[in-house]
Amino acid sequence: MSIPFLIIALVTLGAAAVAMALRNLIHSALLLVASWAGVAAFYLWAGAEFVAFAQVIVYVGAVSMVVLFAVLLTRRSRDDLAVAPESLGRALSALLAGGAVLGVLFGAVLATGLKVAPGPAPTVSVLQLGQQLMGPQVASLLVIGALLTVALLGAIVIASTDRDDVGASLDDARGRRQAAPLQEPEDTP
Amino acid sequence: MSAAATTDAFLERAPQLLRDAVTGFLPEPWRWIVNGIIAIAVILAVFGLLFAFLTLAERKILGRVQNRPGPNRAPTPTLPFLKFLGKIRTYGLAQPFADGVKALTKEDVVPRDADKLLHFLAPVALLAFSILTFAVIPYGRHLVPLELDAAVLYFFAAGASTELAVFMAGWASRNKYSLLAAMRALAQLISYELPLLLSWVPVVMLAGTLSTTGIVEAQAGWKWGFIPHWHVLTPWGFCGFVIFMVSALAESNRSPFDLPEAESELIAGHLTEYSGFKYALFFMAEYFGMIALSGMAITLFLGGWRAPLPFLEFVPSYAWFAVKLITLLLGFIWIRATFPRLRMDQLTRFAWKFLVPLALINLGTTTVWSLMAGSTALQIARWPICLALVVVPFVVIGRTLSAGVAPRTYRYAAS
Repeated sequence: MSIPFLIIALVTLGAAAVAMALRNLIHSALLLVASWAGVAAFYLWAGAEFVAFAQVIVYVGAVSMVVLFAVLLTRRSRDDLAVAPESLGRALSALLAGGAVLGVLFGAVLATGLKVAPGPAPTVSVLQLGQQLMGPQVASLLVIGALLTVALLGAIVIASTDRDDVGASLDDARGRRQAAPLQEPEDTP
Repeated sequence: MSAAATTDAFLERAPQLLRDAVTGFLPEPWRWIVNGIIAIAVILAVFGLLFAFLTLAERKILGRVQNRPGPNRAPTPTLPFLKFLGKIRTYGLAQPFADGVKALTKEDVVPRDADKLLHFLAPVALLAFSILTFAVIPYGRHLVPLELDAAVLYFFAAGASTELAVFMAGWASRNKYSLLAAMRALAQLISYELPLLLSWVPVVMLAGTLSTTGIVEAQAGWKWGFIPHWHVLTPWGFCGFVIFMVSALAESNRSPFDLPEAESELIAGHLTEYSGFKYALFFMAEYFGMIALSGMAITLFLGGWRAPLPFLEFVPSYAWFAVKLITLLLGFIWIRATFPRLRMDQLTRFAWKFLVPLALINLGTTTVWSLMAGSTALQIARWPICLALVVVPFVVIGRTLSAGVAPRTYRYAAS
């Protein structure tokens, strides 16, 4: 346990905890990004440079955008952004379900006998990492790539189902426009 | 002149000698820290000044292009003890400093309903992330602020984080037009991130390293004694360089891709609610991003700090880097003066239907190029093959996309 590690852990967990406690969804999302950046800092501290920068590109750069776009596109107004539990029962059951998952995960981690590697940790360069990924591990890399592509396509399929209310209002607008056609400006020579 | 002689030339090592003269007496951990601080201070000072005079050069050049003089009346401060000098003509050289004083003394207006904290954090975060990118660019033979194994990845990780700041600016302003403009800006940034990332993958493939020093090293040497081994002088490298520069224009919100803040149409988009020094910070971040991306383009494609001809190697390496950097930046200004602005749909169509396919094909071209490196005959044959692989898709995709659009007909203008 060194001091940098403690600071990184504190920032990561603190940001995550505050993100859970805040009512404003945008603030929560931005704090979640801070938490992800903390995880990247942890990788950097642990000497995994490549993983750290990949974490920043993927999570801070891309996933954060997905989260923010999702929040903004699914809320009707700014006042809708504040979330509160609907009833005490729901809040309690959410707490119970989350606590159960946490308990299972902690139990699994604690039950696993993590062996301490003898000697100092090996330093792996980006070159070795790339050669491992492109050589012996290439099959798993391709499988993961195919899996992510399928997930992406599935998300598009799920999201692109026509919503009735949206379609109806669009048709309304179209009908109104046809009823009162815009006066075309006459061509002047 | 042998390579060892150039490496140890006095001018080549002058910056380091100067630094060591200042920090040489310090004990080890302190020396390391002070060296780092000096590197940071030098980067901030050099690129801060470059930013200041770049704005002046831009305004002057745009002025000349539009047949007007540009800024030329910024006065020198009249201090009592300098009275005897009288009026000094500065040819507008004092303009950046006058601008700086103006930005500092302007009122900082924050909308009443704005998210105060995020409104303040957005310009700060944007500037911080764009300054971070300067750390890994090799400015000279011995001038790399930070040696990283995955330097190229670091550069683009820091660059990707700027999107967050743009979102924060648009959302915190509590102005629906700012928010809409921020979403448009994000759509542009995300669209052009892909060709930008794809365009340098071939370089990493052939150099076999993600470190910027390694990539500059891979471009060493001369063909027939005088043609440098720069990546831009190969078919795939030229294609990658052009895609990189176009995407860099779009990533740094420069004309003709400056729709996010199209000042004549959108009252500056997500920057509408910013004034005073915060606005200046956004401005600064835009120029820093432009300078950093140009520096990366030089490192990846234009041979980094290397001299263009063998007999010019006596000029110190950082001077060559500066020459290349200023050339690219003047190119940016020239493009701004020449091209009309794109429309939103043209912008995204250009990225997804033109640049991304070309960048993907360029990956294949690079593979062909590296596989045909065996014998001399193959090395001659790969030139026409790879040229065809670059030119044919360019023509075919370009023709298909512009079918039915061109030529433009003018109804009212005299032909």
